[in-house]
Amino acid sequence: MRAVRFSVVTAAATVAALTAVTGCAEKSDGKGDGAVQVVAKDDSCDVSKKKLPAGHIELAVQNKGSKVTEVYVLFPDDRIVAERENIGPGTKATITAEIKAGSYEIACKPGMKGHGIRQKIEVSGGKAAKRSPEMDKAVAAYRTYVQAQADETLPKVKVFTDAVAAGDIEAAKKAYSDSRIGWERTEPVAESFGDIDPKVDVRADGLEDGQKWTGWHRLEKALWQDKKLGAEEKALAPTLYKDLLDWQKRVGLAEITPTSMANGAKELLDEVATGKVTGEEDRYSHTDLVDFKANVEGAEQCYQLLKPIASKNDAALTGTLDKQFAALNKLLDKYRKDTSSYEFTSYDKVSKADRKELSDAVNALAEPLSKLAAAVTK
Amino acid sequence: MSGKSRLTSAGEAETSPGAPSRRALLGWGGAGLALGAAAAGVAVASVRSDGPQAAADSGAAVPFHGVHQAGIATAVQDRLHFAAFDVTTKDRAELVALLKEWTRAAERMTAGHAVGDGAYGGLAEAPPDDTGEALGLRPSRLTLTVGFGPSLFAKGRFGLEDRRPDALVDLPKFPGDNLDAARSGGDLCVQACADDPQVAVHAIRNLARIGMGRTAIRWSQLGFGKTSSTTPDAQTPRNMMGFKDGTRNISGTDTAALDTHVWVGEKDRAGWMTGGSYLVARRIRMHIETWDRTGLQEQEDVFGRDKGEGAPVGKARERDEPFLKAMLPTAHVRLAHPDSNGGATILRRGYSFTDGTDGLGRLDAGLFFLAYQRDTRKAFVPLQRRLAAHDALNEYIQHVGSAHFAVPPGVRDTDDWWGRALFS
Repeated sequence: MRAVRFSVVTAAATVAALTAVTGCAEKSDGKGDGAVQVVAKDDSCDVSKKKLPAGHIELAVQNKGSKVTEVYVLFPDDRIVAERENIGPGTKATITAEIKAGSYEIACKPGMKGHGIRQKIEVSGGKAAKRSPEMDKAVAAYRTYVQAQADETLPKVKVFTDAVAAGDIEAAKKAYSDSRIGWERTEPVAESFGDIDPKVDVRADGLEDGQKWTGWHRLEKALWQDKKLGAEEKALAPTLYKDLLDWQKRVGLAEITPTSMANGAKELLDEVATGKVTGEEDRYSHTDLVDFKANVEGAEQCYQLLKPIASKNDAALTGTLDKQFAALNKLLDKYRKDTSSYEFTSYDKVSKADRKELSDAVNALAEPLSKLAAAVTK
Repeated sequence: MSGKSRLTSAGEAETSPGAPSRRALLGWGGAGLALGAAAAGVAVASVRSDGPQAAADSGAAVPFHGVHQAGIATAVQDRLHFAAFDVTTKDRAELVALLKEWTRAAERMTAGHAVGDGAYGGLAEAPPDDTGEALGLRPSRLTLTVGFGPSLFAKGRFGLEDRRPDALVDLPKFPGDNLDAARSGGDLCVQACADDPQVAVHAIRNLARIGMGRTAIRWSQLGFGKTSSTTPDAQTPRNMMGFKDGTRNISGTDTAALDTHVWVGEKDRAGWMTGGSYLVARRIRMHIETWDRTGLQEQEDVFGRDKGEGAPVGKARERDEPFLKAMLPTAHVRLAHPDSNGGATILRRGYSFTDGTDGLGRLDAGLFFLAYQRDTRKAFVPLQRRLAAHDALNEYIQHVGSAHFAVPPGVRDTDDWWGRALFS
């Protein structure tokens, strides 16, 4: 499981707010006229306004409780509109978001755990952020891509989960990394739903108290470390398939904006930088380079779709990104037989010096990629 | 966009609240630990400041532009962040562009300003130009000093093979060296010195960030407890072995000594290096635990000075002229003294380091030795050869990292940039 999320609507908020950046800064103390005051305590979550006009909203959060809290704006289906974590006792935080008309919930989670204390809010009227036809085209194409990845992934997942259910360790090992590629290419979108990722992609160290460990990495451990598939593991296989079926059904509903695409691309590289390059992600199977490649491919897809817009605003940036994507892909090619193969070198066979080279190449791409969102919205 | 700069003028800095650190009050005396090569510790007796200098304001800004780079003769600051970089681009134009960008960022940071458009107030979607952790801090006498390693001049890289200075030698393997490649070498280096560690770390972090895609950090080292001498009235710092360190060193105001021993001169026919200097960096690990189990007499014999006062063997006061023959033939000070080395003299700017423990419960600590000189072949190399062969201190230290850099002359003005003379 990863900490980043496709902060879809938060990103959209910025698009709308760009014309008023200064105003934004002035309001950052949370005293702006339009700000909704949220007072979070250990046992309450008071929201000053329950009815809001659609558009750019700002939540001024004060944690008056004794625990660290987090505050979410949620769609009715629990997808995350916007969030802010780690709001310490006695501190304030601001959350900005662009919200369309509809019903939402604001949740405070004292102790950053559980379902949270929730308030319903109604958003009406207003107008959505302006978007150019070019931007609409990029978003539509990306939505198609995301759906296609899910559609193509499910049969591969089936191969994996069937092998696990049948107790066929060798077949399951063979199918493992392949079953993850589509997910890894689009993971920030899947994470925007909040509930799927913890079921399918959580690692042992990411479990919360009382959370049952399910998903790919639980089975990875059984296959490579425990080297056996018991009744429990066999039973987890259909659960993984069912959870990913849920992903396939819902992925088309994700809120996607040009800036969320841009930041999603950067987040994919951040994931590589923190999880894959260290060998933490697939610590039992050492198939990290497959996930690595899929993350880069997903990021590149976002980038290619946004490039026509970004290159008009910042040609130097897109020049750099073209070069760095090519360099990273070339480097990754060193670790597979041919450019159509997804059989990569086992990551435990990659030397420290080579890992550093990979890390440097990721930084060389991710740093300019972090400027893509600004180039898209200029 | 106000508030981008953390300081608008030096005057403000002087009136800002905040007590100067203890060390800052000591003023300049020169760097140096009685360790390692140079170690001359006490040994550099031949050149010494004529008198005490005014105490430096620990918060002020050090001018960036000049004939020589700041950070060499500049009064030693309290803290260090030193970074060695590999150049990852193969494109000479990209390397030149990087050096120009670094120079402009260094001008801003050493003056106490944030990099580029600052750390906040820009587009909400984009990461800010500056990382922000130095906002509100004073310039803290930050200096940034750049150097070029031998590998940058390799054939087939940037067309610099004919421009490699003769003095930028590949350092020989010295007896006892246990060098870790991951802590050695580098195409470029940046030495960041400041009285506030956060300011020094911020500077390296932001330069590293600007460099991503063109350079990557190869290794870096944090340092504290400058190992430098001080004004005669002030207390001499002690190294991690508990001995006073750097009783005498080249003074930052002794221009004659600097011209003789530190700055590359016209007569050296070194072209683009005129006004520059050569930097040797050595990570010297100390076997702290065994040292601490060593009897006082042996400790003092190893150095050739007493532990309390710092006086040379047979003398009463720290600054008394050492009588070398009274010391054991293997005494560190005796071996490192210019009189034992045909006058070879270096300017030391080393720092103590402690990088936690080493997994065996031993303190990973020692001296990060930095020596500047006019010609490494005539200064560090013979000194270290002698020390590596005979120094009693070798039982308690090990050289684990090593690098050598040609430090170009200073950036003259806002049109100039680090390395212009080399690349033009």
